[in-house]
Amino acid sequence: MLNMIRERLRQGHRTGKFPRQEPSLPERFRGLPEVAANLTHPQINVAVNGCPFNALSEINGKMQIDLGRCIFCADCPAVAEGALSFSRDYRLAASHRDDLRYGDDIYRLADKLNERMLKLFGRSLKLRQVSAGGCNACEADLNVLGTLVYDLGRFGIQFVASPRHADGILVTGPVTENMKSALLDTYAAIPEPKLVIASGACAIGGGPFRDCAEVNNGIGELLPVDLYIPGCPPHPFTALDALLRLLGKR
Amino acid sequence: MNRSKLIRFTHGACISLKELPCLDFTEFRESLLEEIAGDGRVASFFAMPADDGFDLYAILAHDWREEFALLHCRVGDVYPALTPDCPQLHLFEREIAEQYGVLPEGHPWLKPVRFHNSWVDAADIWRRDPQQHPIPGDMDFYRVEGAGVHEVAVGPVHAGVIEPGHFRFQCHGEEVLSLEISLGFQHRGLEPQLIGGPHPASIHQMEAAAGDTTIGHTTAYSQVLESLAGVEVASRAYSVRAIALELERLANHIGDIGAMAGDVGYLPTASFCGRLRGDYLNLTAELCGSRFGRGLVRPGGVAFDLDLPLQEKLLQRLAVLEPETRGAVELCFDSPSVLARFEGTGRLSTDDAETLGLVGVAARACGLMRDARLHHPVAEREFDTPVIDTDGDVFARGNVRRQEIYASHDLIRDLIKRLPEGEDQRSLGPLAADSLALSVCEGWRGEVVHVGITDGAGKLARYKIVDPSFHNWSGLAMVLRGQQISDFPLCNKSFNLSYCGFDL
Repeated sequence: MLNMIRERLRQGHRTGKFPRQEPSLPERFRGLPEVAANLTHPQINVAVNGCPFNALSEINGKMQIDLGRCIFCADCPAVAEGALSFSRDYRLAASHRDDLRYGDDIYRLADKLNERMLKLFGRSLKLRQVSAGGCNACEADLNVLGTLVYDLGRFGIQFVASPRHADGILVTGPVTENMKSALLDTYAAIPEPKLVIASGACAIGGGPFRDCAEVNNGIGELLPVDLYIPGCPPHPFTALDALLRLLGKR
Repeated sequence: MNRSKLIRFTHGACISLKELPCLDFTEFRESLLEEIAGDGRVASFFAMPADDGFDLYAILAHDWREEFALLHCRVGDVYPALTPDCPQLHLFEREIAEQYGVLPEGHPWLKPVRFHNSWVDAADIWRRDPQQHPIPGDMDFYRVEGAGVHEVAVGPVHAGVIEPGHFRFQCHGEEVLSLEISLGFQHRGLEPQLIGGPHPASIHQMEAAAGDTTIGHTTAYSQVLESLAGVEVASRAYSVRAIALELERLANHIGDIGAMAGDVGYLPTASFCGRLRGDYLNLTAELCGSRFGRGLVRPGGVAFDLDLPLQEKLLQRLAVLEPETRGAVELCFDSPSVLARFEGTGRLSTDDAETLGLVGVAARACGLMRDARLHHPVAEREFDTPVIDTDGDVFARGNVRRQEIYASHDLIRDLIKRLPEGEDQRSLGPLAADSLALSVCEGWRGEVVHVGITDGAGKLARYKIVDPSFHNWSGLAMVLRGQQISDFPLCNKSFNLSYCGFDL
């Protein structure tokens, strides 16, 4: 007992001050990409063709990036070309699939829920998590939200064991053919009204497994998505920021 | 037996397929069984379509001799199963049956592994409609009948934030008579994606082969390509990979001990370890920007340098983390109520572990010294303090992790101190044509084994991945026999195996 108390004192108080205080992220962290201004057509062309996941495209002579496809590669060919750079901004969540595509304009972050949904879920949001082909990186960094550093519970958000107890579903993974029906069954078991959150590049658009024969390129065509959390995997602060934004707490 | 027909090689070798003898099946079988009887174990076993039939490749590890043996033969669409004489092949033979419709006749447990259509135009072993995608979990489960016997089915969707899988228990009251595990829900078709490669997306798919073992899988993949290209990795990159591998081990082992403590209701260690695990992930993020090591290991070297200021930073952070980690871990191993739950639960005998071909933490907890860092380093050996326990129970699996955590701290400090100067990235030329290379990397769960075979143009014609979980799920099913079903979560955590690493 005394040992336990002594250890408790050594370990100290660790719950983070987020969201009152911004997190400090590593210098090499790759957050919100920034498209370089005044790119020439050949520069854009090289960058667009260099991305193995077709995250870049040229629209009206300007380069556009799709955060639903970008996996934030450290060896991004567009970064090497100077067409793109990664900032350390961890805030990445969006409400609409189209919002994930942007150029040199301002990236539109997720909106809060409408008034009715906020009234229902604003103070208590229970989520059922389903991994549908996720590699356990997304899952691991969602689990982290339950540790005392992030302490998800203090915001009234909790992952629950049954879809019947849930207000929404949070999906990770590209949706393998073998998980499709279990995912849809889980969604169907959640009482209305319900939310759908796509977390990670795989759930949004298939991630590194896009167009593989055994996957469905994410949940976009299967479920009505309310919140997109980009990243491969999303940093825990990215996910936490996303959930708080949804509930109008940021 | 004609020993000259066996190819023996060490880690890092590139073997020309033209010089590889093709044994007839009887010779293949006898050589394989002889190797197994002589302290060999199966590291990899796979098929590849040939002009007339299928090539079977068996790669056997001889740990104490620090070498591997390669056997090759050609079969038609039926051959006598090897599993009855060599049980550790049971999943490998099922896998080949599913992938290529090759029937291992006499296999005692011939069921699908991952529930996908055959990769070649072949008749389905289980007579399923080739036009339809197989239904996961659609197989005959082992069943026990009798008074008071009942069945418990769990999954694929589980109660926590975890990957999917299906568990089928046969119980008498609280006691589990048998557990059968049916996976495949995470199958993304990884191996076929590699064919014709390496492609630009391949390294990123490897990073997500098992996302919690990013360093393990990318290192194994990079080593295969380096062997095929005949490039020796720069010594600085070799050390940075080794440091990242230990950081990955630290984060996961600490997370596991916390989870095991949580499962027996010992919350102080569960809470402390949950926080500490994140702190180790953050060290990896300092190195490469990603908590899971995404972007660090690349064929030819590493993409991020561990420069002097970062070395200082890591050493300083480790100096703070180490006593906190010891405190959190020792607290749990010093608590009689925790030990009462850990000791004797989920016991596996050394013989069973050896028969099933277990690897990694689970094998070492049963007294089997299997550690690729010790036995099969691709360059200089940097690790000589392996850990074993002999009881084979939950305590032993926890204790191996606990001792490995302390060994990893020492190893990282040592590696940073001795970090060689020089380049950390070399460019790879074209891969050797018609060749085979094997790579082994001791990930935190156990050995990650990759094999690449190239075609005449130097493109990958077959790529085989064996995650440690592929061997070890059978171990978990075995330890549940005779246990209370309520001990399943604890036993499961003590193994903590990968679903997607198995499903690929």
